[in-house]
Amino acid sequence: MIGAARAILRKDVQIELRTKESVPAMTLFTLTVYVLFHFGLDRDTLAGALASGVLWVTLLLAAVIGVSRLFAAEREQGGVDGLLLAPVDRTALFVAKAAALFLFLCAVELVAVPAFTLLLLGPGLGAAFPELLAILALGNLGIAALGALVAAIAAETRARELIVPLLLLPLLVPLLIACAQATEPLLRQDGGPEDLARWLGLLTLYDVVFVLLSVAVFDFLLED
Amino acid sequence: MYSKGLVPLGWATAVTLTAAMALVFFYAPLDADQGFVQKIFYVHVPMAIVALGGFIAGGVFAIRHLRSGDRSWDMRSYVAIHVSIILGCGVLVTGAIWAKASWGHWWVWDEPVLVSFLVVFLLYCVYYPLRFSIEDPDRQARYSSVFAITAGAFVPLNFIAVRLAEAYTHPRVLSQTGGSLPGDMRLTFLVALAGMALLFVTLWKLELTAKHASMQLKRLRNRARVAA
Repeated sequence: MIGAARAILRKDVQIELRTKESVPAMTLFTLTVYVLFHFGLDRDTLAGALASGVLWVTLLLAAVIGVSRLFAAEREQGGVDGLLLAPVDRTALFVAKAAALFLFLCAVELVAVPAFTLLLLGPGLGAAFPELLAILALGNLGIAALGALVAAIAAETRARELIVPLLLLPLLVPLLIACAQATEPLLRQDGGPEDLARWLGLLTLYDVVFVLLSVAVFDFLLED
Repeated sequence: MYSKGLVPLGWATAVTLTAAMALVFFYAPLDADQGFVQKIFYVHVPMAIVALGGFIAGGVFAIRHLRSGDRSWDMRSYVAIHVSIILGCGVLVTGAIWAKASWGHWWVWDEPVLVSFLVVFLLYCVYYPLRFSIEDPDRQARYSSVFAITAGAFVPLNFIAVRLAEAYTHPRVLSQTGGSLPGDMRLTFLVALAGMALLFVTLWKLELTAKHASMQLKRLRNRARVAA
């Protein structure tokens, strides 16, 4: 299964490197949303709760774009049928798609987070960096697991573009709560980590539940 | 097939709900701080508990569907979610009325239970567009079941997350220590809860019977058309 998953992941990363479709679009989208927030809130710099809220809402909205494109290649060219014919575990497809989404989100954040500190964040990010990395990693894991599941559900519906955001965003509310609350003290003027263990614990619980659940139900989405 | 016992169940529901209303207005004492308005509690809270129970039941039926491949379980799951959504509208409206009367605002964000309920309600509303945008009936049943299971697991997680995030203001009705309700209010509440649960089961069976009958009618019409 690991071998098959790695092969699918390599294919997805290669497609992304050649077509440059999802990651640049998601990154550009985050920058646009920062500009929207700047004018919408009429603020030059943000700190604390407002900053962490803007950062996380932007990242979740960018994730929606990635999720709606996740099965585009398979859908347009019948890749799923090929996979079903091959003697590999179907969970491999889920693992590969979630891993691809995880890598895409990391790539987006590589630009989006520095851009955020540059454009909107008032206090510097220096000391809080390792904590923020942990929050981002756990957040990405949860988004990747749920995103791959939602993308697979939405891929077979007529109203695909509608279903992805409507389904994904409410499911991500607990993740948003945990990430935003954990990030908030890091972005304050004289900030440092606060209650970090509680929110990282909640994030871990969320990730474990949805990774296991997605692996358990994913098979039924491909049964044909 | 689904209509078995529907009539006695309907009567039991009517009797229990009438008894609950009688208890609410003639037996339960007036609340010391909130007065008469507090009586909406006997509608709001049982409705919320039954709606959440219905969402969870939808998830359990969906698991049975995916395990057995029997589509009648998907129908049970669908109808359970459908009835819960209808009750959910009632929960949000009565919650808003209660919030207005006791805190002065129609909506209070620092009340974790109401906010969690809204998030769950918004998620389950997506069940309809998802279900009806898949044409193939077999696939429709499977995808709906996957949704019902995912959302069912989401319900408790969401409550934990929102409760951690918000200030703790909601009165807890049933807790390990026996809650904060005096005896006569507790009895009234439990009868109202039983009535609401019976109402849920009655509506669920009624809707299943109606759906089953209309599907059979369609099948017979098709057969008649083929024969003609």
